[in-house]
Amino acid sequence: MSKTLSATGLAEERTRRSVYHAYSNYTEGKLIGFIEDIHGLGSLLLITAGIAVTKFNTARTVIHPLVRQQLTRAGLRLLPMVAFLAFALGMVVIGQTVLILNRYGAQNFLGTVMVTVVVRELGPIFAALLVLARAGTANVIELGTARALGEVEALEALGIDPIHYLVVPRVIGMALSIFALTLYLILFALLSGYLFAFVEGVPLLPGDYFRQLAGALIWQDFILLILKTMSFGIFIAIVTCFEGLARPMRLEDVSRASTSAVGKCVVGVVLLDAVFIIVYLFA
Amino acid sequence: MGQLDSNEPVVEAIAVDVLSAWCQHIQITGVDWKVLPGEYWVIGGPHGSGKTDLLMVAAGLHLPAAGSLKIFGRELARASEAQLLQQRTRIGFVFKGGGRMFNELTVAENVALALCYHRNRNMEQVQEDVNAALEITELTGLARETAQRLGSDWQQRVGLARALALKPEVLFLDEPAAGLAASHSQWWQNFLAQLSGRKVTVITATNDFARWHGKGHRYALIKDKRWQVLGEQAEYPQIE
Repeated sequence: MSKTLSATGLAEERTRRSVYHAYSNYTEGKLIGFIEDIHGLGSLLLITAGIAVTKFNTARTVIHPLVRQQLTRAGLRLLPMVAFLAFALGMVVIGQTVLILNRYGAQNFLGTVMVTVVVRELGPIFAALLVLARAGTANVIELGTARALGEVEALEALGIDPIHYLVVPRVIGMALSIFALTLYLILFALLSGYLFAFVEGVPLLPGDYFRQLAGALIWQDFILLILKTMSFGIFIAIVTCFEGLARPMRLEDVSRASTSAVGKCVVGVVLLDAVFIIVYLFA
Repeated sequence: MGQLDSNEPVVEAIAVDVLSAWCQHIQITGVDWKVLPGEYWVIGGPHGSGKTDLLMVAAGLHLPAAGSLKIFGRELARASEAQLLQQRTRIGFVFKGGGRMFNELTVAENVALALCYHRNRNMEQVQEDVNAALEITELTGLARETAQRLGSDWQQRVGLARALALKPEVLFLDEPAAGLAASHSQWWQNFLAQLSGRKVTVITATNDFARWHGKGHRYALIKDKRWQVLGEQAEYPQIE
């Protein structure tokens, strides 16, 4: 009986150890993967920055049209979607906030609330996520397919630097696009929010509304808005390019790379946003 | 980098081991190979023997796993990225199975891309060179077609026009006639013979040695992970 018990205990101990080892290996693997990704992303960012500066005037006739193409794809074509989203955001968030503040007689805080919620937080985040969904995923699919079909090696064989040709235009295009789209999104959201409040009969004159908004803005808001939206754009472009290009890929790996890139971008954008919140607190 | 004299090898490999790009295991060991300017090499080997990987290494697109490899007299392992990119403008590479076209571009744009990039010119400014490359490869009528709409016979030829646009000194071809119709296959062999006559160094890989009998100047074989240089008009071993 005791032998059976000790055998059972031994088996349990072995199972516990093997589960522990499996868990330990899994965690170790994930940790190493995370560190490798950070290293790879950092390297790609630095190399891209170096090439963007040193080859600024190289092959302008090829690279500049590619930048314009990216601006169209990640910026101009998303304007209708941004307008729709801003309209909805204005109605749902701003309109409701105006109503509530008005109910409690706190209209004087309207500008502060709007600037904090829309200008500093929702505008940049919404624009970044929209660009990620529409242009970021397309980036991974295009680059992953190009990698799988050997087009990247074909570029190298022609003496064309793949980072200069494929990555630099996407980074510049996305950084500028997210900045521009954020401005439009904020503008449309603030306007549609006031429109909603006006329809609801809130006694707030347009002049007072915009005076409050202007009063709540500080000069750091402009600087940090530029830095924040640009860093979102650069981050999304680097992650999507890294996922599409960094490893040898088969066509069937492209979908996995796309979902992986989207997950990393969402987490990264939120973490970057948290960093900027800290900066705002100190500013 | 200046031009080489006629006796200095364009590619010189000493005890080079070649890795598989996919599996990262050694595909070929101990490659000792010297390619002189103007030579026409035919390299045979069965499917999966590492011909593509060897050509990639010899063209400076991949690094060798071991050994010394010099391209135009410069040690590949010591070359900077900028030197490698510059060196690649002197080398043409035609990939197998459709030439790895940039599918969203037209035939003319595919051919013009490297010219525009390296000369910082727009499409109109390089049109003359593009037309010349299209003409010698008999692609003029297809210039405005999107590359992905062409059949593989013609895509392969676009790959050749693209590689020739920069007027390379060495042309690598990875199974250029594999899977092509007989008329296309014949065209390739005739064209490469003419090209070799114009002092361009030609290095082509094939798994159908018999078809290239008498076409090249020098022959080599990859079998069982070994590299073997054959005689100038060697008896060709049967490739499985």
